Amino acid sequence: MREVNVSKITDCIKRLCIDANCSLNDDIYFSLKNSLEGEKSPIGRDILNQIIKNADLARKKCKPICQDTGMAVIFIEIGQDVHITGGSLTDAVNEGVRQGYKDGFLRKSVVGDPLIRVNTGDNTPAVIHYNITEGDKIKIDVAPKGFGSENMSKIYMLKPSDGIEGVKNSVIDCIKKAGPNPCPPMVVGVGIGGNFEKCACLAKKALLRPVGSSSDIPYIADMERELLVRANKLGIGPQGLGGSTTVLGINIEAFATHIAGLPVAVNISCHVTRHRSAVI
Amino acid sequence: MKISITTPVTRDKARSLKAGDIVEITGVIYTARDAAHKRMLENLDKGIPLPVDLTDNTIYFAGPAPAKPGEAIGSVGPTTSYRMDAYSPRTIELGLTCMIGKGARNKAVTDAMKKYGAVYIGAVGGAGALISECVKSCEVVAYEDLGSEAIHRLEVEAFPGIVIIDSEGNNLYETEPPKYAEK
Ligand code: SF4
Repeated sequence: MREVNVSKITDCIKRLCIDANCSLNDDIYFSLKNSLEGEKSPIGRDILNQIIKNADLARKKCKPICQDTGMAVIFIEIGQDVHITGGSLTDAVNEGVRQGYKDGFLRKSVVGDPLIRVNTGDNTPAVIHYNITEGDKIKIDVAPKGFGSENMSKIYMLKPSDGIEGVKNSVIDCIKKAGPNPCPPMVVGVGIGGNFEKCACLAKKALLRPVGSSSDIPYIADMERELLVRANKLGIGPQGLGGSTTVLGINIEAFATHIAGLPVAVNISCHVTRHRSAVI
Repeated sequence: MKISITTPVTRDKARSLKAGDIVEITGVIYTARDAAHKRMLENLDKGIPLPVDLTDNTIYFAGPAPAKPGEAIGSVGPTTSYRMDAYSPRTIELGLTCMIGKGARNKAVTDAMKKYGAVYIGAVGGAGALISECVKSCEVVAYEDLGSEAIHRLEVEAFPGIVIIDSEGNNLYETEPPKYAEK
């Protein structure tokens, strides 16, 4: 059994929260730069330039790219040969978030109860997804998620007879309805299969994959490419003010499902799709 | 061509701005999001006066990130405006002439904008670090307990925006995307 003290996890999460929020990942950054050339709208190009300038400035000044530094979504894969010592793992994760959001001057955007709505003051609790895997390592993914785009996400419980066309139409429907609200250009995570909650988790996980990457499953990779082209023909454009850059990437994850169902979840994200990972 | 706007924005000035105008705003503006709007209007119903006189005023739908030492403010981009649709017709009636945010508005809001003379300006969502550069000072003027959602008084210089919906109801979100849509 390999022993890992919780303090290591706290330190790691603190650092990942700050890095993810202040420095845009290269995949998104270069995708923004590449989209400039194809953008037909002059206002669209101007907006893309401002977005790129903003990312440069945030990185240089170590300042949040976007003021909505999100709810901290954290995926933790724990090898079954790891023994965690020194206290509660969940407390350690939340302590990392608390320290990261405080010391990184990140916005505290969490209310402790969805209806009573009092801010917790330290951006905890985080949304934590634990997974047990083989080995003796701990893999941590921190993906802060803003709510302008989260609010535009949807789940479609399709019928098996709706088939692949039904899936594609659901994704396009969701992007269309989101329109200018999620700060386009968007990044879109899609989960297909599983059940109600599994497809939502798949959609969120799909957002961890870099923009420009493809699914390992050939027909899914084809669907990703086709949907990206279709989405960028909608005309929504940067900030919804018209143009050819509506979506930077569509990532799809699939899982087994029930004979009676075809669940599809579409998790809309924005040009400030953040993600950092580390292995302990 | 850029149009310079100096706050306060009168009804006449608001009516003179047209959808598509590229603007730079200078002067005092106030931040307010869902929680501050809700409290302002609920308090008003109880007879407690508004913390800020809305006449000819500008509300920026935004909640800043905390300032680092030596900075006026942290990143401060717009939040999605439709969440304020429930409150904006009333704030416009109370004197508000200019709203800055991002995303679509409903008919009740655009009707009030037409009726009273108000304008909706879009700032670039997700460009909070860049926008923070035009904020010269920031001070909490009400509801400090709401943290980032408190009402902040900002002094801004050349704050960049684009008129999305004007007081005649012209709306870039309706007119522009179809021009770029392809079959
Ligand atoms: S949708 Fe994204 S870019 Fe827009 S405000 Fe939210 S986190 Fe920021």
